[in-house]
Amino acid sequence: MAPGLIRSPAVLAIRCVNLRKRYADVVAVDGLHLEVRAGECFGLLGPNGAGKTTTIEILEGLNRADEGDVEVLGMRWGADDNALRQRLGIQLQETQLNEKQTVEETLQLFRSFYTHGEALDTVLARVQLEPKRKAQVGKLSGGQKQRLSVGCALVGRPDLLFLDEPTTGLDPQSRRQLWDLLEDFRRGGGTILLTTHYMDEAAALCDRLAIVDKGKVIAQGTPLELIRSLGAEHMLDFTIEGPALAIEALQGLAGVQSARITDTGYSVTTSSTHQAVPALLGLIGESGGRLTLLNTHSATLEDVFMSLTGRHLRDE
Amino acid sequence: MNSPFVQLTLVKLREYTREPEAMFWVFVFPVLMTCALGIAFRDSSSAEIQVGVLQTASAQAGAAQDAAAVVATLDADPRVAAREVTGDRAASLLRDGEIALVVIPGAEPGSVSYRFDKTRPESGVARFTVDEVLQRAAGRADAFVPEEQLVELPGSRYIDWLVPGLLGMNVVMTGLWGIAFSIGMARTKKLIKRLSATPMRRGHYLGAQLAGRLIFLPLEAGVLIVFAHYVFGVPVRGSWLLLSLLIFLGAVSSGALSLFVASRARSFEAISGLINLAIVPMWIMSGVFFSSSNFPDVIQPFVQALPLTALNDALRAVMLAGDGFGAVAHEIAILSAWTVICFGLALKIFRWQ
Repeated sequence: MAPGLIRSPAVLAIRCVNLRKRYADVVAVDGLHLEVRAGECFGLLGPNGAGKTTTIEILEGLNRADEGDVEVLGMRWGADDNALRQRLGIQLQETQLNEKQTVEETLQLFRSFYTHGEALDTVLARVQLEPKRKAQVGKLSGGQKQRLSVGCALVGRPDLLFLDEPTTGLDPQSRRQLWDLLEDFRRGGGTILLTTHYMDEAAALCDRLAIVDKGKVIAQGTPLELIRSLGAEHMLDFTIEGPALAIEALQGLAGVQSARITDTGYSVTTSSTHQAVPALLGLIGESGGRLTLLNTHSATLEDVFMSLTGRHLRDE
Repeated sequence: MNSPFVQLTLVKLREYTREPEAMFWVFVFPVLMTCALGIAFRDSSSAEIQVGVLQTASAQAGAAQDAAAVVATLDADPRVAAREVTGDRAASLLRDGEIALVVIPGAEPGSVSYRFDKTRPESGVARFTVDEVLQRAAGRADAFVPEEQLVELPGSRYIDWLVPGLLGMNVVMTGLWGIAFSIGMARTKKLIKRLSATPMRRGHYLGAQLAGRLIFLPLEAGVLIVFAHYVFGVPVRGSWLLLSLLIFLGAVSSGALSLFVASRARSFEAISGLINLAIVPMWIMSGVFFSSSNFPDVIQPFVQALPLTALNDALRAVMLAGDGFGAVAHEIAILSAWTVICFGLALKIFRWQ
């Protein structure tokens, strides 16, 4: 397939239909559908244990689905494995690269597997590890190790990059560096599929998202579309002292779309804060209670997940 | 340089060179072991026979035979070293092997008892040597005097027999541990899974594990052979080329066995257990320290099929007897079969994910 063809947005890089995977007593993936267009960055957002890793490993050809149909770059696992592997860049969540090898040696090893790979210097520059090229992997920081891991995925000059929780455990600066690196890859025309449980990462990187829970896609769209699906752009979280408020009363307030009771207090969605806040204060005053905390913020993907499942993305 | 096979071999090689402890076990340990065993089992036939002569109550009373006189008689013979011992000491010295025999002088001239353990070969020798000395001193005449033709044949001593066995054991054990362990490490770190996500050919990975093992082999085996040759005079009578071929086959067959052993195991513990399962029978039965013919006929087919037995037999044949290719063809066939079968099985059942 010519590079021009794959980069046209109409072409699908990944198509997977009705994917199912069962382990001994757990259903990890339960009828999952997914379409990733060539040239986009697509995110699977969901809490730990939602089936994201199983899904991505099936797409990477490292795991086999019980049911369902998977097409990657127009090819299928089992028939075109070697041709597919030549065009995929993969970063796994738990890989620890050999600590006794240097950065350069590690990249050289991975480079040797690909017929049309990238020059080592180019990759080193992209992942900002030139000063560390002679350093042993064991001596790198967490962020540097992670960039090297992405470097190993890029060294084969892939059309499609798979990343499983790429920034878990990294400090904010290292995350930022990794995001820039991925942005760079996408500008070069590459396609990315990544999993994450960070809503800010999904919002910052992804053109489109699928929110995954219990092995299913429960919502899909651009980050903005998903947030708009709440029907409101702002959230009011508050706690009170005094008698409890009725949800119906909250929902009846001017400017309020919906209201819920949360672990700590109440959460209200609204499209006009300037109407909802005075109305809310009035309601609390009438009931004889006292407002102890009020927090307003723009709606996020976290709120989308909450409204869909009633749970937090990161359940402790 | 950029072929995947070369790169994978280099990785394996650096694992050795960047781990000083690994170098110690591969190079220094076998030499130390040979040295220790060589000293323990060095040619001891020229040493004097240690004999104790018991001080008896009658001797102290001035009887015809007192212990001091017996000691003097025995000491006059260059083969024997005698000392006086008391009753308590005699038992403990005999038990500890410091003396081979206790001579108990009797009250009458010519009445002597020998106390010894007949299962100890040196005690048997001591009994006859001491007896001969005392009989002659008492006036026995030899019926004839034989002439002695003394020869010393390097190649028939225990150390000569031991060194090929140690060489074989070392080659096989390094192969078994070195490969399986690094595969176990790579698997628990999910590195093997990561590699399997690239277009890497599976045979390249397994082949590189063997190749990396072979690079240091000439040095590793060479150090031991040269050391044994110059320090203990252990001979290499056969062809060096054939000897090299045998060592090479010993390394690849044990390496292939190691790949097979490590092909499914998920943890270090499982791998250690499996390696021990493979090593212990060979350690005991393959004729490293004592001949494998000591085992009953029923299990001989099993003993003979072990790669280390084949390797040790062939190494001894070439080093000590100077045998040629034809004489060790059978052993070469056994080692080759182990290599091909284990590598093939490993490639087929290896757990990549």
